[in-house]
Amino acid sequence: MLRDITIGQYFPGNSVIHRLDPRFKIVITVLFIVMLFTGDSIICLSAGAVFTFMAIFFSKIKLKMFVKSVKPLVPFLLITAVLNLILVNSGEILWRWKFIKITDEGLNISIFMIIRIILLIMGTSLLTYTTSPITLTDAIERLLSPLKKLRFPVHELAMMMSIALRFIPTLIEETDKIISAQKARGAEIDSGSFKNRARNLISILVPLFVSAFRRADELATAMECRCYNGGDGRTRLRQLKSAPRDYIALAVTILFLAASIAMGILFK
Amino acid sequence: MMENIIEIKDLHFSYSSGDEKSEPKEVLKGIDLNIKKGEFVAVLGHNGSGKSTLAKHLNAILVPTSGKVIVDGIDTSDDSRLFDLRQRAGMVFQNPDNQIVSSIVEEDVAFALENLGVPYEEMRKRVDGALKAVNMYEYRLHSPSQLSGGQKQRVAIAGIIAMQPDCIILDEPTAMLDPQGRKEVMATIQRMNREQGITIVLITHYMDEAAKCGRVVVMDKGKIMLDDKPEKVFSQVEKLKAIGLDVPQVTELVWELRREGFDISPEIISEDECVEALYRIFQQEKRR
Amino acid sequence: MAILETQELTYTYSVGTPFEKTAVDHVDLAIEEGEMIGVMGHTGSGKSTLIQHFNGLLKPTSGKILLDGKDIWEDKSKIRDVRFQVGLVFQYPEYQIFEETVYKDIAFGPKNMGLDDAEIKRRVLETAHDIGLSEELMERSPFELSGGQKRRVAIAGVMAMQPKVLILDEPTAGLDPAGRDKILEHIKAYHRRTKNTILIVSHSMEDIASFADKILVMSNSKLFCYDETVKVFARSKEISEIGLDVPQITKVFEKLKDRGLDFGKDVYTVEYAKNLLLKKLRGGTANC
Repeated sequence: MLRDITIGQYFPGNSVIHRLDPRFKIVITVLFIVMLFTGDSIICLSAGAVFTFMAIFFSKIKLKMFVKSVKPLVPFLLITAVLNLILVNSGEILWRWKFIKITDEGLNISIFMIIRIILLIMGTSLLTYTTSPITLTDAIERLLSPLKKLRFPVHELAMMMSIALRFIPTLIEETDKIISAQKARGAEIDSGSFKNRARNLISILVPLFVSAFRRADELATAMECRCYNGGDGRTRLRQLKSAPRDYIALAVTILFLAASIAMGILFK
Repeated sequence: MMENIIEIKDLHFSYSSGDEKSEPKEVLKGIDLNIKKGEFVAVLGHNGSGKSTLAKHLNAILVPTSGKVIVDGIDTSDDSRLFDLRQRAGMVFQNPDNQIVSSIVEEDVAFALENLGVPYEEMRKRVDGALKAVNMYEYRLHSPSQLSGGQKQRVAIAGIIAMQPDCIILDEPTAMLDPQGRKEVMATIQRMNREQGITIVLITHYMDEAAKCGRVVVMDKGKIMLDDKPEKVFSQVEKLKAIGLDVPQVTELVWELRREGFDISPEIISEDECVEALYRIFQQEKRR
Repeated sequence: MAILETQELTYTYSVGTPFEKTAVDHVDLAIEEGEMIGVMGHTGSGKSTLIQHFNGLLKPTSGKILLDGKDIWEDKSKIRDVRFQVGLVFQYPEYQIFEETVYKDIAFGPKNMGLDDAEIKRRVLETAHDIGLSEELMERSPFELSGGQKRRVAIAGVMAMQPKVLILDEPTAGLDPAGRDKILEHIKAYHRRTKNTILIVSHSMEDIASFADKILVMSNSKLFCYDETVKVFARSKEISEIGLDVPQITKVFEKLKDRGLDFGKDVYTVEYAKNLLLKKLRGGTANC
């Protein structure tokens, strides 16, 4: 049951997109988001769509997986669309019923909004689908490293993130085990009265916390024994090297962004 | 005469319970122990005998209340040489899950080297070498959660080997493993000792593991009770049983037979020795 | 009559995915009431999956489990009652402790059964006595206890439900010899008093030899054998072949047999070996 939860799901592969430098991928994703939200015209959105589908094509990950990533957000999308439809009152009225008016502009905005959010989800999913969480953490650490000068704890945050990633599978397995053990003592996790269920939740949370603290304590000792002393003077096994393809990808993205902005201005 | 890598002189250690009123509890009560370079020593004892506390002193996780611990010429209470010490005397812990830091095997093996600021080229070489030494090279890109307990423990050992230590201290490394994992880990540390000459201090309560070491130190109530070759130590069946330890079944059998007046060596710890001895007895009986 | 029976029990993980794996494959078993059974099999042999079927934590993909002759999955809503009748103690059960006092933690199961306070109290105290926990400990926090004591609190928590069948998954894992002997002694005492069926999973053949009337061996998701202890150890060669160890003493007698000293019996405890040898040597019938 718990095993189905995947955080930042990653599909290992060897496509061009997989091989891009994660730092570039993050920057490209940010530019992509800017692209989606700068233009209002249909041309801008088409550019965004072309860009997204092109990237998906190169990633060699099945389109189905991207549809899946959008699915959980469908209710949210529908609510946003309906709200936009009802609340935007300017423009020509297409349909009215009592005090509810639907205008052409409202319809436009809703459709744009839906497409934009769908593209946004697909684009960011592409980042997590093609980059392992640990690589992503690493890239974030390096991108943010200028902030170290401002005493922002970049290394510490990244270390916390990567330890969290390391222990997620361990703790999920442990939770499964504790649930089974309490069930064997007659605990009802998914049925029974509210009071009982709350009590049974405690029977799972307490052991889980006790164990997490014990693990944290032991891990801290083990890290110290391996000479861990913060981020200063550390070298890394994982080398992030940018290749020509990274610059090409970035150039293409900037081109799309520029084109999209230019079109937006021209066709206003 | 080989030089000592570990010298412990009159080591005392007390835990203060944090509560001022209660007396600090003395866990180690005067330990004197020298270990030579390249030795393979088992420290055997029941839970609470002080064996893990002793292990923690070899790596400066704990420092003596009184007395001295010198490892590779470094006094463990000298703070300024802490990393130097930990690089030379690496430590492997009981729970394989709680000592692996990274989600990728090879990065975990590199962890100590990263901390020490080893340059990339050198690091790559040492990590690959360490992974090959413990036969985990083909798993270098796996996630630790995909590995068995024995494999995880071997990764932890590789993480220490990568530092190129002179000595490895293992604190009950097999206590949480299944028989297969225990065999893997034992074979790995035996090989490290034999092929790379690394001094091994193995803390354990499994007598069958201790029987494979070159020297066995038995601890009880914070003191060293026996310190000798395994066959000599295990021949003291009564003493070991009295402090809640096992002896190999074959040792127990010959001990029982000796009590019945048979002439058989008490220093038998392996199956083959036992088979040999029993066979001889029957031959003698036949002749009579 | 068999208290627990499986018919063609099969369990497949992750059906329809690339990870699909049959963990238990057409197992037919009939466990008689009152027996003490040792369960063997290496990691991944399917033994853990099998025992989780006995109390309905897992539902078979196909096949049946009968408790007292009744299919436990006949009425899905009654599955919780099955868990009270077949108690399952997981590996490292001390990690499931959560209450503020020992008493409350042991009482968790009985309380879930809906028993009245007087009955709960009677059961908690009785079980605590069985497992060797003194009454002073009842109001202490379980988190303050030693590792071995915590383990016994957790086992008591399941025993207090007075299940007709008690299953323990490696109850001695990670304990030292004294702690291991203590727990096994208490479980044996509990068995003598209640005459309930008990299954104990263990990797230690020496331990299994010391308590089991019968042995159940799983290998490669299949039931390898389920038979009386003597008969199972008589197949020690086959058992070694599937990657399991037989007691050291059994191996010694195998080797003696290979060298022409056949005792005509299968030996798996030191006590038995000693008596057998003495009889042969003293009885003057050593000419074999």
